[in-house]
Amino acid sequence: MMLDLSLAWRNVLRNRRRTLITLMTVAMGATALLLLGALMSYIVLEFQTSAVRRTGHLAVFKKGYFDYGAGNPAAYGIGDYDAVLATIRSAPGIQPYLLVATPTQIISGVAGNFQAGTSKTFFGQGIVPADRLRMREWNEHRISGLEVNAPPLSRANGVAVGSGLGRILQLCDPRQAAGCAPRAAVQRAAAPVDAEAADLIQLRQREVGAAPAAAQDRQAIELLSASATGAPNVVSAVVERLDTHGSKDLDDNLVVMPLPIAQQLAYGRGAPRVTALNLQLKRTEDIPAVRAALRQLIQSNGLDLEVRDFVELNAMYGQIQAFFSFLFGFIALVIVVIVVFTIMNTMGMSVMERVGEIGTARALGVQRSSVRNLFVLEGGLQGVLGATLGVLLTMLLVALVNAANLHWSPPTSAGEIPFKLYLFGSLPLMAGVWFALTCVAALASLFPAHRASRMMIVDALRHV
Amino acid sequence: MLQLDNVSKTFRSGTISVHALRDVTLTLDGPGFTMISGPSGSGKTTLLNLIGTLDRPSQGTIRIDGKDVGTMPDRALTRFRADHIGFIFQSFNLMPVLSAYENVEYALLQTGMPAHERRRRTNELIEAVGLASHAAHRPNQLSGGQRQRVAIARALVKRPLLVLADEPTANLDSANGRAIVELMRDMQRRFDTAFIFSTHDPMLLGHADRVLTTLDGKVTPAAAGMELVHDA
Repeated sequence: MMLDLSLAWRNVLRNRRRTLITLMTVAMGATALLLLGALMSYIVLEFQTSAVRRTGHLAVFKKGYFDYGAGNPAAYGIGDYDAVLATIRSAPGIQPYLLVATPTQIISGVAGNFQAGTSKTFFGQGIVPADRLRMREWNEHRISGLEVNAPPLSRANGVAVGSGLGRILQLCDPRQAAGCAPRAAVQRAAAPVDAEAADLIQLRQREVGAAPAAAQDRQAIELLSASATGAPNVVSAVVERLDTHGSKDLDDNLVVMPLPIAQQLAYGRGAPRVTALNLQLKRTEDIPAVRAALRQLIQSNGLDLEVRDFVELNAMYGQIQAFFSFLFGFIALVIVVIVVFTIMNTMGMSVMERVGEIGTARALGVQRSSVRNLFVLEGGLQGVLGATLGVLLTMLLVALVNAANLHWSPPTSAGEIPFKLYLFGSLPLMAGVWFALTCVAALASLFPAHRASRMMIVDALRHV
Repeated sequence: MLQLDNVSKTFRSGTISVHALRDVTLTLDGPGFTMISGPSGSGKTTLLNLIGTLDRPSQGTIRIDGKDVGTMPDRALTRFRADHIGFIFQSFNLMPVLSAYENVEYALLQTGMPAHERRRRTNELIEAVGLASHAAHRPNQLSGGQRQRVAIARALVKRPLLVLADEPTANLDSANGRAIVELMRDMQRRFDTAFIFSTHDPMLLGHADRVLTTLDGKVTPAAAGMELVHDA
């Protein structure tokens, strides 16, 4: 084998210019694939990090909520959720993997700025701010630029409103469209767009004896929602901040609030429940184990619950992955075709130049299979060298790009984050591209190698 | 050792048939230095190719060491060639990427011989042809005569039954040609093997134990020792 390898190596070096062109073609193919893979890895992991920070790795819902509950979240509340959470947190199959387990209430309704006479439908998320702050610190893949900078909700009735919704409710200065920071209350004649909602809000204010929201030191809004039975619930809340989420849909609709406010809106004076129990794990790879443990726990306790992972909860994550997989596959196919034709051409020319040698080797007793194997080995060797060169070139380019301090705005982020290529965390990708191109090069040599092995000896010798 | 019975070889190109050899019957027993002489196109190379198992006869049988090589499957025939037949070519046909030593050793790699024995034999032959000081040289660093010496060493290193040389002096000047024929003669005696070589050069006829002449695909006898039956 070593002698074959030595012979193959010497043959590869015979026509150095042609070999160099072949190696560069394979190397460029490897580099293109690896750079694309590194970019994809970074984007997917950045998206995964954002998704896991938002929803956790797993969410436990009342059975049926995921498919039918969006229209009426209050009807799918998990009762006695503290006990369920405690059971989950202490379960042996879950506890070692668990970072945060926190309840969430989803609601929808109408948000109004009574003083400005504006209102708009919203969807809301009731959270435990301290838990959410911990969730936002999760960074398994050490993606830089995603540092937590928004403060947690500090007031019992403080809410964070999407910047678009804030704009519609006139909670910010329209001239500050980009940041849309809260401003002093807009004093103007009330002109409610939704008379029924305004009536309910006024009733609520009288009921609790609250001062008009606009008179408070911060901008305030009123939130109206219906319980599972259709009874209206109203809450006055103080806008602590306006958030930009990087999605117009979220910016125009989302109101994040402390869990008790959301529960009050969803259940009124009824027993508080929650829509979901979100679980954030230390490592993403532990999802299957924890999911299995959760299923077992739910089954053994006879709970009417179901478990969904972050991929199911964030449909766009799956779509982005599928899109990139398709893109990668398509580009890989193009590169494979280029490599195949380059290697076939190189090896074909090599065979034509060595017809006499092939005849001589066969006359000396070299078997057809050995002739074929030698040419395949030469093709494979060029694949190995080209792919290795490509990996090294990619490492260099990735290091240069990552050191260049570039920034960009990913689809899930409101602001710019550092632009990085995530290569070193993608060892399977590197190994896979290297191995695949080596195999492709060897396989592409098969046809010319076979042709060489089938030559008639006397015909081949006549070429000398 | 070598027996050809009614061997013919016809090449076809479209509707045209060329009879390169016609009904050749001959027997060669034991070692010796046999020369095949004849004009271009008379069938010398075809005869050597058939004896060397590089080609198969259109008709007739060829036996080497009692084995019918005409009917052997390719794999067995290749192995037979590796073990029993050495070749010396007009254009030397050395592997350009291998040194002189490696070219000689290359012939033994196909026989599965142990490495130490391979090295011993290779060194022995390299010294025998007077190229010990050039063992590491590549073919392009050797003269024509030196290259043919390497080819002779390569042909003999496996101790073959037969060494076939197709016009081994054609690409050499007369002095080198004579030197190579003398070397082949010397090696034939030293290794007690059977040499069959073809040539145009009538000056070399004096070196042969036996001479065969070919003309229009027919082989005619020339000397004692070769039992030749032609058009029997």
